[in-house]
Amino acid sequence: MSDTSFVRQEMLSEQPAPASSVGFLGWIKNNLFSTWFNSILTVIALGFVWYILAGVLPWTFLSVWNAGSLSECREIARQVWGESHGHACWAVINDRWIQLLFGFYPSHLYWRPILAFVLLGFALAPVLFPQSSRKLLILSGLYPFILPWLMWGGSIWSPIMALIGFVMGYLAIKNLSERIGQLGAIFSSIFAAFLWWLLIGPVFVDLLSANIPIALESVASRDFGGFVLALLIGIVAIVCSLPIGIILALGRQSDLIIVKAFSVAFIEFIRGVPLITLLFVASLLLNLFLPPGTEFDIILRVMIMVTLFSSAYMAEVIRGGLAALPKGQYEGADSLGLDYWQAQRLIIMPQALKVSIPGIVSTFIGLFKDTTLVSIIGLMDPLGLSQGIRANAEWNGIYWELFAFIALLFFVVCFSMSRYSMYLERKLQTDHR
Amino acid sequence: MSDIATEPAATRSKMQVSGETAIQITKMNKWYGAFHVLRDVDLTVFNGERIVICGPSGSGKSTLIRCINALEEHQRGEIVVDGTVLSSDLKNIDKIRSEVGMVFQHFNLFPHLTILENCTLAPIWVRKTPKKEAEETAMHFLEKVKIPEQANKYPGQLSGGQQQRVAIARSLCMKPRIMLFDEPTSALDPEMIKEVLDTMIELAEDGMTMLVVTHEMGFARQVANRVIFMDQGQIVEQNEPEAFFNNPQSDRTKLFLSQILGH
Repeated sequence: MSDTSFVRQEMLSEQPAPASSVGFLGWIKNNLFSTWFNSILTVIALGFVWYILAGVLPWTFLSVWNAGSLSECREIARQVWGESHGHACWAVINDRWIQLLFGFYPSHLYWRPILAFVLLGFALAPVLFPQSSRKLLILSGLYPFILPWLMWGGSIWSPIMALIGFVMGYLAIKNLSERIGQLGAIFSSIFAAFLWWLLIGPVFVDLLSANIPIALESVASRDFGGFVLALLIGIVAIVCSLPIGIILALGRQSDLIIVKAFSVAFIEFIRGVPLITLLFVASLLLNLFLPPGTEFDIILRVMIMVTLFSSAYMAEVIRGGLAALPKGQYEGADSLGLDYWQAQRLIIMPQALKVSIPGIVSTFIGLFKDTTLVSIIGLMDPLGLSQGIRANAEWNGIYWELFAFIALLFFVVCFSMSRYSMYLERKLQTDHR
Repeated sequence: MSDIATEPAATRSKMQVSGETAIQITKMNKWYGAFHVLRDVDLTVFNGERIVICGPSGSGKSTLIRCINALEEHQRGEIVVDGTVLSSDLKNIDKIRSEVGMVFQHFNLFPHLTILENCTLAPIWVRKTPKKEAEETAMHFLEKVKIPEQANKYPGQLSGGQQQRVAIARSLCMKPRIMLFDEPTSALDPEMIKEVLDTMIELAEDGMTMLVVTHEMGFARQVANRVIFMDQGQIVEQNEPEAFFNNPQSDRTKLFLSQILGH
């Protein structure tokens, strides 16, 4: 028989892998002690972990929970453990956690922010989880008007009039686009909405508030603070920056020279300037440009600045997603006769956004943590409050415990966003690689 | 350039060619920047006609059919599709695109939608067909291309040949009057080419007007009633398949045929 000729008579069956390469012991052997050098590294790393935990765990858990001041804390620690150092004084959190959450919001109105965030959960559900009830979408649509009313209070007629302005704009676009073309309809709908908001609406608000006074107690912006403020700014900026970012990303790719130039200029300018600068513009400079006596809420100003800031980053993240799409997707959509906006909405954006999910969520997380910067312009976010708490004689000199608590609050929110994005990526995966 | 009065061969007897013009291209020119891609192209396509366009790579054959549904813009000359003059007006372009189906080399299915959704998307959004009706139509055409059982899978789960057949069904769902094929089998493994060609042959037998850019000369012999050979942006030779393959006139055509049929 020649060497090159071979015919297999029977196929081999599958056999189990050797015991030393699978299971827990196999894993340890392969990953931790595979060579003598890796064994040494493993031992050193274990020693390092032990050293860190030996410091952190006793500090965290052998701690004082009930005390009126930092010195009392130290006294208790000395009595119980003999040595005052190396024990956390969580009593400050126990004493001030409500303030860290709500700032100076009137305590008998705490139910309003709580209700607002509970409703937020329901309003977001149909957007985040497609399997939830479609009827909740009504709440999602109304929520932007419910949120400010619950948070700031005042007459119920103001948010209702704001809502009617949008309805007017929608009706204008729906009835006119057949008659005067799409562009004309968009302009007239904007005109109709602003006409309502600026001229007609306020008259109705005054009239209705005088005759049918349904109102919540007003809360001034300077009383807002704590984690509620961080969440408020963060959520508004997150929800608004995504659509603005999409528009900017599309604008940057547009063939229309003015649209493109505006988008590029906006993105590059905003990205080239530190957020702090924009916040100072919001808190100080803007007053110089506005007519004297104009009431332009400081929190609203900050929200707008943070939104603009993150939408510029969002636009670039989404542009990355658009660049990842093969040209064939545009051609496929075009060849079927879909117009530009249909192609964007049905074909391009669902794919581009899916590709950019990690980047988008990173931007969201960065944006949410950046809300702590507002403490620099005097808003009482958790970090600003922690300074206020330290300014008291009782808690003077306490740092780690406050920062740890604030870090925990932020971590919970940011980690949830991160986990949600991973869930979303898995759910949207259709290519089965 | 004269249009050839076609006399269908025996195998093509079922396929009817009417005297009505489907596409009329006159003196069409296109440039990519300074590069002159298409030069004075004249072409008349009659309803029910099946034209195979071949030629060396870079000869402008893909560009020619991409101009017909305005995926590429031509700079000079006139294209009339189904009585509508192709202009830069977007409404006009969208109208022509919804009448002209196109099948691409790389399928260009939408990977985030199921097969069924791929097929119903354009009828629902462009034609405003009710969803249920669009789904029935889609299933009808998926059965026609013999993959109704894959309707709820995603494109990524299908083989190349299956994806291309879905792409054909997706175009058919718009009930187009003309179908353009841009190298439909070039990205496929050899064993899958046949299933796609069989689908196209069936389509031809139903009387669809087809323009096919392909290197499958067997398909051209069997189905086409006219073969066009292009080189350097011009139509060099066109004839009935028998005459084209057995008795090419131009030297370029002879060279090309000897290269692709030579092995």
